[in-house]
Amino acid sequence: MIQFEKFQLDNGLKVLVHQDTSTPMAVVNVLYNVGAKDEDPGKTGFAHLFEHLMFGGSINIPVYDEPLQRAGGENNAYTTNDLTNYYCQIPAENIETAFWLESDRMLSLAFSEKSLEVQRKVVCEEFKEHYINKPYGDAWHKMRSLAYTKHPYKWMTIGASLSHVEEATMQDVKDFFFQFYRPNNAILVVTGNVQTEQVKQLAEKWFGPIPAGVPYVRNLPKEPVQEKSRTMDVRADVPLDMLMMTWHMGGRFDEGYHATDLITEVLGGGASARLYEQLIKVKQIFSSIDCYHFGTIDPGLLVIEGKLVKGISMTVAEKAVLEEVEKIKNEILDAKEVQKVINKTESVICFEDISIMNRAHSLAFYELLGDADLMNKELGMYQKVTPAMIQSTAQKIFQDNNRNTLYYYSKS
Amino acid sequence: MAVDRIAAPIIKDAIDFNIQLKPYHKFTLDNGVEVYAYEGGAQEVVLVDLVFYAGNSFEQKNWVAAATNFLLKNGTSTKTSFEITDAFEFYGAHLNRSCTNETATVTLHCLSKHYQEVIPLMGEIIAEATFPEKEIAILKQNQIQRLLLNLKKGDFIANRLIDEYLFGFDHPYGKYSVEQDYKNINREDLVTFYEQYYKQGKCVIFIAGKFPATMEPLLNKYIGQLPLNKKEIKEQVHPIVSATQKKYSIVNDTASVQGSIRLARHFPNRHHPDFPATQVLNNIFGGFFGSRLMSNIREDKGYTYGIHSYLQNYMHAGAWMVSTDAGKDVCKATIEEVYKEMKILRETLVKEEELKLVKNYMLGALLGDLDGPFQIISRWKTYLLNDLTEDYFYNTIKVVRSVTSEELQVLAEKYLKEEDFFELVVY
Repeated sequence: MIQFEKFQLDNGLKVLVHQDTSTPMAVVNVLYNVGAKDEDPGKTGFAHLFEHLMFGGSINIPVYDEPLQRAGGENNAYTTNDLTNYYCQIPAENIETAFWLESDRMLSLAFSEKSLEVQRKVVCEEFKEHYINKPYGDAWHKMRSLAYTKHPYKWMTIGASLSHVEEATMQDVKDFFFQFYRPNNAILVVTGNVQTEQVKQLAEKWFGPIPAGVPYVRNLPKEPVQEKSRTMDVRADVPLDMLMMTWHMGGRFDEGYHATDLITEVLGGGASARLYEQLIKVKQIFSSIDCYHFGTIDPGLLVIEGKLVKGISMTVAEKAVLEEVEKIKNEILDAKEVQKVINKTESVICFEDISIMNRAHSLAFYELLGDADLMNKELGMYQKVTPAMIQSTAQKIFQDNNRNTLYYYSKS
Repeated sequence: MAVDRIAAPIIKDAIDFNIQLKPYHKFTLDNGVEVYAYEGGAQEVVLVDLVFYAGNSFEQKNWVAAATNFLLKNGTSTKTSFEITDAFEFYGAHLNRSCTNETATVTLHCLSKHYQEVIPLMGEIIAEATFPEKEIAILKQNQIQRLLLNLKKGDFIANRLIDEYLFGFDHPYGKYSVEQDYKNINREDLVTFYEQYYKQGKCVIFIAGKFPATMEPLLNKYIGQLPLNKKEIKEQVHPIVSATQKKYSIVNDTASVQGSIRLARHFPNRHHPDFPATQVLNNIFGGFFGSRLMSNIREDKGYTYGIHSYLQNYMHAGAWMVSTDAGKDVCKATIEEVYKEMKILRETLVKEEELKLVKNYMLGALLGDLDGPFQIISRWKTYLLNDLTEDYFYNTIKVVRSVTSEELQVLAEKYLKEEDFFELVVY
């Protein structure tokens, strides 16, 4: 049970405080309600490029990192399709430094041309390192554009193309900032050796004077129900054939969400999961195989992907995966297998909550979903999942017309 | 009154923090196996780390140590591989294995309430692993495929080669496996290695988290009765034979858009008196986000997504390494900039302000690293396995606090010499 207190500033900034006096540290986490899905289809990769620019100096502070490091702090950030999250960990005694830094870059960036020019290059190198210069690095680009026709999940956070990042202008940067990086579009979470009164006072002092922005009303195109199975063939200079399949699944608020999560555990969670046991160990069709989903807020994808043992044909591999998928649709799980995946989930939740950093991330994420206390109700949601719910959810998701398949062949 | 956003809030310097390494509690099992325990944390979880002197320094054939370690849980006299994994996973427990140069570990993460159910299984795999032929065949096949995949990656090739140049292919720190090594392994190799280095091997245990009341008695019942620590393990001596050629450029993939750059030189292990101060110098050079390499090569020039330098601490020897992936057309410029930064450190004193920033950053990060029972036991594990005491911890802090720019310059002159570095780019 993670205890926390919550209040809101007049400018709309939500603030959550979780106290843990056993640590000498504190975490200051600022989540902005903007992700790659909020980008203009002609200017993708922007939310992530923006994350880099947030370290290029703010209106009153030329460099973000130095004062934080001088105060013994460390920081990082990440961008997903749904959100952008900034966090720093700092000795609790120096927490005001984090407030000073985070509030100044929420007030306004410095908008330096040099920073934009350099970070465009850095992000291009990141693009190359992770998505071009790496075997199968483009698989997810292709899968997203195959599975989504309308919804902006069809591009990756790094961007649909290097050119979008290369062409970003300072005006784009400013527009993006003043649209999304406003206090009423953010959640501040402070965890660690802090007191609510102290956080209240610091939040008012540093964040209180920042003017609210025009409320962002998200109105994203909905992905239409897929009516026919889609496939794509890729041939590339990779050593092994890979099969990747996805099915549309519900979003974070879908009533089948927790059951879906457990389905991926039954199929792909570890070496005693079904796909590993049947397809790697017993049938030796795959040398590696996984089943997972991304936990996206809007309707996402359930994924099965694996690399084929050399000499096995794509047809045989596909058939073997589909047999396992049919099994989970047709045969009800025994109570022990359900208990196993619930136990595993309980364990994952407990281990995740060990650090004040993760607790801060989770509180911010659940608050974005609508209520940070959902974090404490999560295990209960899993415990309510029955074998029948798993079966009916599997039947709903694993339909042929709902499937996208990428056949990724080795040229050699 | 408007808040002053120009002036930084007053801070307490991390160099003034009183940083303590909390002590462990030690006990000995009936068979002489030593257990180092640290109890704490809010979550009801526990970590049990069984460390065996069974790293690849002890193997006679390549890959035997790693394969034995990996297959420990793939079959015992009473259970199949699936039954073992399923039993751990049923309780939400994770059993990880890892094999390094000197040691190999079997690590359990579980909820404290399930400790009693999974500890017997842990004892079973140490005492009764069977290494079924079928499991070996599957591992070999998948390992070969994984290797084929990795050989496509420039950074994988670069990591292997730079270690080979430093230590020589016949040294445990420099060797790596090729496809034939996987094919050459047979069950006999694994069983022999297992008997000597696990079943009757030398073991030490680290445990941390919220302990159930049964922690000690169950550990004693299931691990403490095994025939461990009966024989002395002979220290393995491997001569270091470095490459004579210093500079390498290799094309692994003609379509590559980046080069994997590695620059490395030998560096003594933690017992050397230069070690703590060199950590400070390394941080200034390339050890954190605000380092000179990062500021210059990423933040000023945009040649790379990241560039890092670090001291590689093996038990008996080490290296000072610079590692980055940079755009193909700027690899040469990147290397020149690295050497330029070395030269500046040799020739110009680090300014007081920069030095103080790095010191504060390092000690603040250390304070964060010691947060939580798993982090505390992990630090103790590193020290104890490397024959270091808490004196090392407090001495390092003392050195970080007090080291001067002049002392750092002496170290830069001694260690950051271009001609001492091996240089490699894999495209």
